[in-house]
Amino acid sequence: MARTEVEVSEATRSGGVMKWINDRFPLDSMLKEHVTEYYASKNLNWWYVFGVLSMVVLVLQIVTGIFLTMNYKPSAADAFGSVEYIMRDVDWGWLIRYMHSTGASAFFIVVYLHMFRALLYGSYKKPREFLWLTGMVIFLCLMGEAFFGYLLPWGQMSYWGAQVIVSLFGAIPGIGETLTEWIRGDYSISDITLNRFFAMHVIALPLVLVMLVAVHILALHHVGSNNPDGVNIKEKKDEDGIPIDGVAFHPYHTSKDLVAIIVFFMIFSAIVFFAPEMGGYFLEHANFDPADPLVTPEHIAPVWYFTPFYAILRAVPDKLLGVLLMGAAVLLPMFLPWLDRCRVKSIRYRGWIYKAALASFVVSFID
Amino acid sequence: MTDDVDRSRRHFLTVATAVTGGVGAAIAAVPFLVSLRPSARAQALGAPVEIDISPLEPGEMVRVEWRGKPVWVLRRTDDMLARLEKVEQFLADPDSSESQQPEYAKNEARARKPHYLVVIGQCTHLGCAPIKRFDVQPADLGKDWYGGFYCPCHGSKFDLSGRVYSGVPAPTNLPVPPYRFVNDDVILVGEETGAA
Repeated sequence: MARTEVEVSEATRSGGVMKWINDRFPLDSMLKEHVTEYYASKNLNWWYVFGVLSMVVLVLQIVTGIFLTMNYKPSAADAFGSVEYIMRDVDWGWLIRYMHSTGASAFFIVVYLHMFRALLYGSYKKPREFLWLTGMVIFLCLMGEAFFGYLLPWGQMSYWGAQVIVSLFGAIPGIGETLTEWIRGDYSISDITLNRFFAMHVIALPLVLVMLVAVHILALHHVGSNNPDGVNIKEKKDEDGIPIDGVAFHPYHTSKDLVAIIVFFMIFSAIVFFAPEMGGYFLEHANFDPADPLVTPEHIAPVWYFTPFYAILRAVPDKLLGVLLMGAAVLLPMFLPWLDRCRVKSIRYRGWIYKAALASFVVSFID
Repeated sequence: MTDDVDRSRRHFLTVATAVTGGVGAAIAAVPFLVSLRPSARAQALGAPVEIDISPLEPGEMVRVEWRGKPVWVLRRTDDMLARLEKVEQFLADPDSSESQQPEYAKNEARARKPHYLVVIGQCTHLGCAPIKRFDVQPADLGKDWYGGFYCPCHGSKFDLSGRVYSGVPAPTNLPVPPYRFVNDDVILVGEETGAA
């Protein structure tokens, strides 16, 4: 007993709790590597805030999601009613749910802008190909997460949206029919489907998402952040080995990011409080009717963040070809680091062809 | 001492362990993947459904749920049956050679008894439920239209036998489920043969 007392007092004398932890866990060195001594270029502009904002929205979705789960019931009989219950009877339930539903749209806005930044400044190019790939996989996961989550309110749009998307797999020759039955776990979208989509939405995909985000950040910190000029700041270091054009992530970039987070929450709150349905774009009108497997709503369109892909489906008159082209539109950007062989990174120093290609992509994506 | 390492033995053990572990993991994955198939209860709920057609007036239609899908029974009038011939030139598969139906429904009426049409009311494109439009040549559907079903999702068109028009996204006619007449007033959907 006496020995323990000596050890404790010694620990407090020479560095206290922090030393005790650091002897057993690399807390200090981790903080240094990823926060206080992670150097990013000092000319990062406002395009560089969307990565941090994506993280903020991820946390927001997880927290609001956990609280929604406490009142939501994942069954065909109770789902629609339990959402109405959250909206009307649970104290502040409407706020939590509107934050979650608006958060879904906000997620896609910040992620699309984050990806567009990569296109602008060539952030997908060597040595950041792996970083780009992990980002694309995160994007795929996010699409899945949004799709599974959209079935949960069990409204008309939930039901028929899931019906159409699951039917896409039926276009695969031979195994299509069996595959769709396996995905649904039933001969149609049903209670069973809702139950498993719930499992995917609240545990399976969020776990994968969080782990992928960790990989994404580790990859970023390994190769270092790009910047609007596309130069490598690691090439010119001072006598301490610190990049001359870099500043530490904390406190310099974090304080700048904090401004972006505040502006983000101002816009986000305005939507949550004044226009949570966004005129039918964030919450679709038909979804205020409970799911009816016998009647399709007269006007059916996906939520805004999937419309570019939906437009491909509508434009192609052949079922299988439409589905293949839509799949290609999602997967092809993965190969971008190898398709774009120009060694110049930033759009500031690239020719009109890249600018025109990027502009036409933006027009067709938004249109 | 390190010189004594039998590298081929070590390599064999590494590969053997990896392969055994891999096969084990693959086999262990089977129950999880198979558990996602329609369960026994889901299959039981896919049991045949009886439909009483005695209250159906000519020109009337009922919707019934079978395996979670809408099944339509339309009692067609003689006039409706006469219109089937007129639209044949506009159809993608008028003889139902590409479409899914039992042998006894592979005819112009796509039915056991021509006056009663039994189809699964799910668009063969991406599964929405088409809307009934029995009017002839209305302004919005054009001169080719002699009554039928219109899909609100992507604009596919079907005639009064559930046969698909050409030039629409849906590839085939509306499928006909297996069914039989138990007697003149009752249809059993989901079963073709057996005692009444």
